[in-house]
Amino acid sequence: MSLLGLDRRTFLKSGAASLVAAGTGAKMARAADVSIGIVYVGPRDDFGWNQAHAVAVKALKSLPGVKISEEENVPETDACSKAMESMINLDGANIILGTSFGYFDPFMIDLSKKYAKVEFRHAAPLWNASKHPKNLGSYFGYLNQAHYVDGVAAGLSTKSNKLGFVAAKPIASVLSNINSFMLGAKSTNPKAAVQVIFTGDWSLPVREAEATNALVDAGNDVITCHVDSPKVVIETAEKRGVKTCGHNASQAPLAPKGFITGAEYKWVTIYKGYAADLAAGKTLPNMVSGGYEADMVQNTPFGAGADEPARKAALAAIDGLKAKKPIYVGPLKDNKGNVVISKTYDNLDPFLDQMNYLLEGVQGSIT
Amino acid sequence: MADIAQPLPSTAVAANHWGDLSVRLRRGAEYVAIPLFALAISGFLFSLLLLALGKSPIEFFQLVERGGFGTAFSLQNTLQRSSPLILTALCVALPARIGLVVIGGEGALVLGGFAGAVVAIPLVVGKVSPLLTLCIMAATSMLIGAIWIGIVGYLRYARGVNETISSLLMTYIGIAIMNFFVEGSLRDLTNPNKPSTMPIGDTYMVGHIPGTDVHWGLAAGIVLSIVLYILLSRTTFGFAVRVSGGNPRAALAQGLPVGQLIVICCAIAGACAGLAGFFEVAAIQGRANASLAAGYGYTGILVAFLARHNPLAIVPVAILFGGIVASGGLIERRMGLPDATVLVLQGLTFVVLLMSETLYGRFKIFQVRGAADRT
Repeated sequence: MSLLGLDRRTFLKSGAASLVAAGTGAKMARAADVSIGIVYVGPRDDFGWNQAHAVAVKALKSLPGVKISEEENVPETDACSKAMESMINLDGANIILGTSFGYFDPFMIDLSKKYAKVEFRHAAPLWNASKHPKNLGSYFGYLNQAHYVDGVAAGLSTKSNKLGFVAAKPIASVLSNINSFMLGAKSTNPKAAVQVIFTGDWSLPVREAEATNALVDAGNDVITCHVDSPKVVIETAEKRGVKTCGHNASQAPLAPKGFITGAEYKWVTIYKGYAADLAAGKTLPNMVSGGYEADMVQNTPFGAGADEPARKAALAAIDGLKAKKPIYVGPLKDNKGNVVISKTYDNLDPFLDQMNYLLEGVQGSIT
Repeated sequence: MADIAQPLPSTAVAANHWGDLSVRLRRGAEYVAIPLFALAISGFLFSLLLLALGKSPIEFFQLVERGGFGTAFSLQNTLQRSSPLILTALCVALPARIGLVVIGGEGALVLGGFAGAVVAIPLVVGKVSPLLTLCIMAATSMLIGAIWIGIVGYLRYARGVNETISSLLMTYIGIAIMNFFVEGSLRDLTNPNKPSTMPIGDTYMVGHIPGTDVHWGLAAGIVLSIVLYILLSRTTFGFAVRVSGGNPRAALAQGLPVGQLIVICCAIAGACAGLAGFFEVAAIQGRANASLAAGYGYTGILVAFLARHNPLAIVPVAILFGGIVASGGLIERRMGLPDATVLVLQGLTFVVLLMSETLYGRFKIFQVRGAADRT
C-alpha cells in the first residue's frame, strides 16, 4: 500500500464530505484542512472524563472538512507520544489534543518542539509562556462551578441534611469541587453537611462501591463524586435508593430514579473554537479556560431526583455564575478552624487553584 | 555430573562436518517453521473474525504492515515499543529455564525504576556528571529488581512458596510501595496534580540511538538477550540451570546447588526487569510515578512464552508484538475497530502458538535419522 493511495483516499473522502455539505446548503463555512487528532487515556464510553471529550469530538465530526483521528486507552507513557506522532505522520493531523494529565510532561512538550508546525493542546492548566513552546497550550474548564450548582440542587433534595462525596485524590481540583459542592448546598440548606471519602486513585471501582455504600450507611441521602468514571458510584447509589449528582459526563441513564443533575464539561465550545481558528488560519490561543461565564461547563439536564424547588434554585444559581457571582465569599475557615480564605475571590482567581484544604462544613481529612 | 554431561546419542551421530550442519539445520528449521505456521493459522482465524465483523482482513494486515513496519516512523515506533518487552520477557524466560513460572516482572520493573529515580535525586542535586549518574541509576535499578525477584526464587526454594503466585502478589506490593513514597515523602511538591518524584532533568536523560528515535534500551535489550543466550547454552552455569529445570531431583542427586541456581536465575531475571524500569525512568518519563506500571511486565510474559524462553528468539518476537501494538492505533482510526482488536489478535496468536507446541517432533522432515541410517 503506498502512501499516495491513502492520501488520495482521504483527500477524496474529505472532498466528498465538503461536496455534500455544499449540496445540502450547510451554513457552516467549510473548515480548510483541519485534521484533529485526539488521544484518550481510557475508553470513550466510560461515563466520565473520556466520554466528556468524546461527546464534544463527535459534535466536531458534523463540521464539514474537519477530519478526526481518535485513539482510546492510551497510557501515559511514550505510547501517547507515539500515538500522537502516528496521527501527525500517517493521518496528517495539524492539531493534537491530549486529554490526560500525564501526557503533558514530558511527552507533549517534547513533541511540540519536534513538530513545530503542529499545534498541541492539553486539557489541564499546565502551559507556561516562559517555559513551553508557542505551539503548545492548555485548555480546561472550572468544573467546580457546575459542582456548586449540583450542591444547590442537592441541598434542597436531601432529607437527612447529609451529602456524601466519593473523591479520588486530595489534589487541588478535587478539593475545589468538594468545597464548591458544599458551599452550593449550604446556600440553599444551611444545615447541610458534606461527608467525603477519598479512594486514593482515579479508577478503583471496588473502593468506589465500598465508599458509596459506607456513605449511604452513614445516613447520606445524596451522593456525588469526583473519580474518572462515576458509573460505579452512581449505579451503587441508585441501587441503594438514594439520590445522585453526576460528574464529568452525563450519568443520567444510569440512575433513572434518583439522578438530580451533574457537573459536566462543555469541551465542544473549546474544540469548535480551535477548528474555526485553524480553518481561518488564525493562531490558536495558548490558554483557554473558563466556567459558566464562558460556556465551558454545564449541568446535566435534570433527572427524576430533582423536584421543582431544586430545579428552580439550580437554574438561578447557573444564572448567577454566568453573571460571575463569586462562589468563595470570604472569610472562610477550613474544617480545622483556621481561616484559609480571608476575602471574597473571583471564581477564576488563581489563588483558588492552590486549594489544599477542606472547608468548614465538609467532614473528612485530606491526609 | 559426569554422567549427565555425556552428549546425547542423537547429537553424537554427526560423523562429519556436513552431517553436523544438516542436523542443525533440520532442528533449527523446525523451530522456525512451526511458529511461522502457527502465526499463519492465527492470522487466518483472525481474518475469519474480521470477515464476521464485515471488515477486510487484507486492509487490516496492510495497516499492520504500514503502522508497524512500513515507514521509517512506524518501524521506530515498533522498536521503541519492543524495547521494554525484550527486557521484561527475559525476566520470564530465565526462571522458566530452571522450571519456574515467574510472572512478577512488572513489580521488579516498577520498583527498579523507582529506585533508580530516587537514587538520582541527590546525584542530580549535587550535579554529579550525567554518565556516572546514569550508571549508578542503572546499577541501582538492576540491584533492586534482582533482590525483588530473587526473593521470589528464595521463597520457592527455601519455603516451597509457589513462585507464580508470590511473584504476582509481590507486584501489587511493589506498586503500593512506590505509590506510598511517590505520594508521600518523596513527592515533588512543585507538581501538585500528578504525584511523582523529582524529575531528573533533560541533561540526565538517556539519549536516542544516533539517527533514530529509539532510546538505548533497545540496544541494551538485544545485548542482554545475546549474553543470556550464551550464558544458558554455552556455559557450565547454563548447563546446570537447564539440568535443574529438566529434573530438579536428578540435579540435586548429581550435587548441583539447585537452590543457589534458582536464586541466581531469578536475580538475573529481576535485574533485567529492573533495567527496563531504569529505561522507563531515564529515557521516557524522567521521574517515577504511577505511569511506570504500564503493563510491560505482563506483555513480557506473552513474549517469553512465544519465544519458547529462548533469549535470542525473544528479540524478533518482541519486535513483532511491538509492531502489532504500534499499528493498533492506526487500525482503530482507519477501520473503526475498537482498540481491543489487537489484543484479540495477540490472544489468538498466543493460544495457537501454545497449541503448536504439540507439533514438535511430529514431522518427519525435521527428524534426524538414527545413527544406523548414517553409517
